[in-house]
Amino acid sequence: MCGIAGKINLRQGQPINSKLIYRMLDTIHHRGPDENGVYTNNQIGLGSARLSIIDLVSGKQPISNEDNTIWVVFNGEIYNYIELRSDLEAKGHVFRTQSDTEVLVHLYEERPSDWLLQLNGQFAIALWDQREQALILARDRMGIRPLYYTAKDNYLLFASEVKSLFAHPGIEPEIDPTSLAQIFTFWSTLGSRSSFRNIRSVPPGHFAVIKKGKIIINRYWQLDMTLNRDVPKSLDEAAEELRWLLSDSIRLRLRSDVPVGSYLSGGLDSSTITALASQQAKTRLKTFSIAFGDKLFDETQHQIRTNEYLDIDNRTIHATLEDIGAAFPQVIAHTETPILRTAPAPMFLLSKMVHENDFKVVLTGEGADEILGGYDIFKEAKIRRFWARQPDSELRPRLLERLYPYLSTTTFSKAYLKNFFKKNLENTNDTFYSHRLRWQNTARCMNFLSPEIKSEIKGYDPLAELAETLPAEFNNWEAFAQAQYLEVTVFLSGYLLSSQGDRMGMAHSVEGRYPFLDPRVVDFSVGLPANFKMSGLREKVVLKRAMRDILPYETVNRHKQPYRAPIRSVFFGKKSPAYVKENLSPKKIDETGYFNAKAVSGLSKKCNSTGRVSETEEMALVGILSAQLLNSMWRS
Amino acid sequence: MPKIENEIRQFLVENFILGDEVDKMGFDESLLENGVIDSTGVLEVVFFVEDKFQIEIDTEEVLPENFDTINRLAAYIRRKQE
Repeated sequence: MCGIAGKINLRQGQPINSKLIYRMLDTIHHRGPDENGVYTNNQIGLGSARLSIIDLVSGKQPISNEDNTIWVVFNGEIYNYIELRSDLEAKGHVFRTQSDTEVLVHLYEERPSDWLLQLNGQFAIALWDQREQALILARDRMGIRPLYYTAKDNYLLFASEVKSLFAHPGIEPEIDPTSLAQIFTFWSTLGSRSSFRNIRSVPPGHFAVIKKGKIIINRYWQLDMTLNRDVPKSLDEAAEELRWLLSDSIRLRLRSDVPVGSYLSGGLDSSTITALASQQAKTRLKTFSIAFGDKLFDETQHQIRTNEYLDIDNRTIHATLEDIGAAFPQVIAHTETPILRTAPAPMFLLSKMVHENDFKVVLTGEGADEILGGYDIFKEAKIRRFWARQPDSELRPRLLERLYPYLSTTTFSKAYLKNFFKKNLENTNDTFYSHRLRWQNTARCMNFLSPEIKSEIKGYDPLAELAETLPAEFNNWEAFAQAQYLEVTVFLSGYLLSSQGDRMGMAHSVEGRYPFLDPRVVDFSVGLPANFKMSGLREKVVLKRAMRDILPYETVNRHKQPYRAPIRSVFFGKKSPAYVKENLSPKKIDETGYFNAKAVSGLSKKCNSTGRVSETEEMALVGILSAQLLNSMWRS
Repeated sequence: MPKIENEIRQFLVENFILGDEVDKMGFDESLLENGVIDSTGVLEVVFFVEDKFQIEIDTEEVLPENFDTINRLAAYIRRKQE
């Protein structure tokens, strides 16, 4: 794992100054505290801040091929590097190190047209081809590792994090209003957009070629949700194959020259990873967990159950309201984007504890809910389709009470249910049938934008932009698969793996590894029939079947608890952090210019009262506060 | 036991019954009287049956003679599939 940064001249220019590259690396020291390395010539500068995990001695970057015509820096891991290296050596390539990085230069030489497809890993790569005079910037399929770039007339800068680009005096940080509109709808930006004007991200599954002053973006992989006709016919067979694939994925992800631990929330996904890893680990596995004081969020009893059952050594961090509040500004410094939830903050505290325990690598369960159908939004869409078949039924909408128990408690709630969930009910052919309600609801956060920002994005429709990016075959997929696709490409890549994943881990030099996102596991899982993923309202049935003889009964069959963290109680009350009042003050809101001071004051007042605050209002609160913090960070 | 009956039993076991009670559930036992499902639970069964067996169920058909035991439900599904 590392951070990478660099510069390329787009026209004939001055030789690249290595001091700039070192300055860029300094800003992302947390990603790679072990050593820096820089290569420069007349056209290009490549830099690496390295977190040593594989080949601790000779794996220093940048690394070149035999005749120094290809150079690479990369952030991430190539898990199948041993197998790739063996093939490449058989074809005559000579290796100087034992690192996975070196595989990249030889693989690129050997298979320039499809080298990225051979990689089983998580990566952001910058590769310089001297003969072609081309720089290639590439990201893994799911976007586990970040990679940003910005181009001026004469040069292009790239880096693992946006803050590194700001180390160049020519790059101004300015939050992009269109990005705000996207975040206040989807929780993340779409595609290549970052939170800042003129700063782009290489999209997951893509690579950019920078050559002769031009930047061309290419896709090398597309998530294909087409039903696989060759998958096992029975649930038991599918479960067995999934378990084997996951075990093998974990086998590869235990490849490391430093110890590997595991995150454990107490849910099915992390318990699965923990159980399968402990079967293979050479020493007693160590897990790391989060505990909350509020029972609404806490899963401690489930963590204890899994740890005891599997005989695991565990460390738990107690994330108090004060801890979350104190960490939040640092969290935003690392997410580099406004966010709508506080859930990344406990992950930030967790990685700190992992670091303090001298671990650099953890396995983690992200991706299972997307590829195997674990989220309530999939259930919600199924129930609404069920209701839409008999829209006048009084009975059918009551099934929503299974998902949202509060709906059954008051008359108000029942009326809310009818009005809210019945919107667009019968339009079951809608491309965004599964998500439109949620996104429209989240987009109410935009009511807090200032008149100027509203005017700038007037007429902009985030959903229309998303619709344009959908693959041609999207409408041929099953409804369940369509919903999964949206969760993977928008929520998983844009938010979970980024703001809650890479950024929170790397803040404390901790690398997350994602066994559910092994390409083989993904391909197998998404190709399964929908009823292997969700039967009735029972989620992830194939995974539950796969793990029922390995995990405790109650872990496999417990009601899924979404990972969340408190919001209002963190920012308001007796121990409200000082930055909250300051950043939400009318003066500061007006200074920043993104939000409507009067509306924000109203929201603050409401949050300070004893009355009920809606989920959307809580999202708006976090969105406003994080945007304010982000803005003041760069301005100062 | 034929496939439909087993599919229904599997669904009920995984969704409504905990622990030792699994073994006690017979194919002709009343789901309501034995407390296996409640009123919203019946709805969940309707939801499952529509989803799994690709049929549509009218509210008027959600009656004990169609839904109260596994065998009755399986027979009902077969009639609807004809």
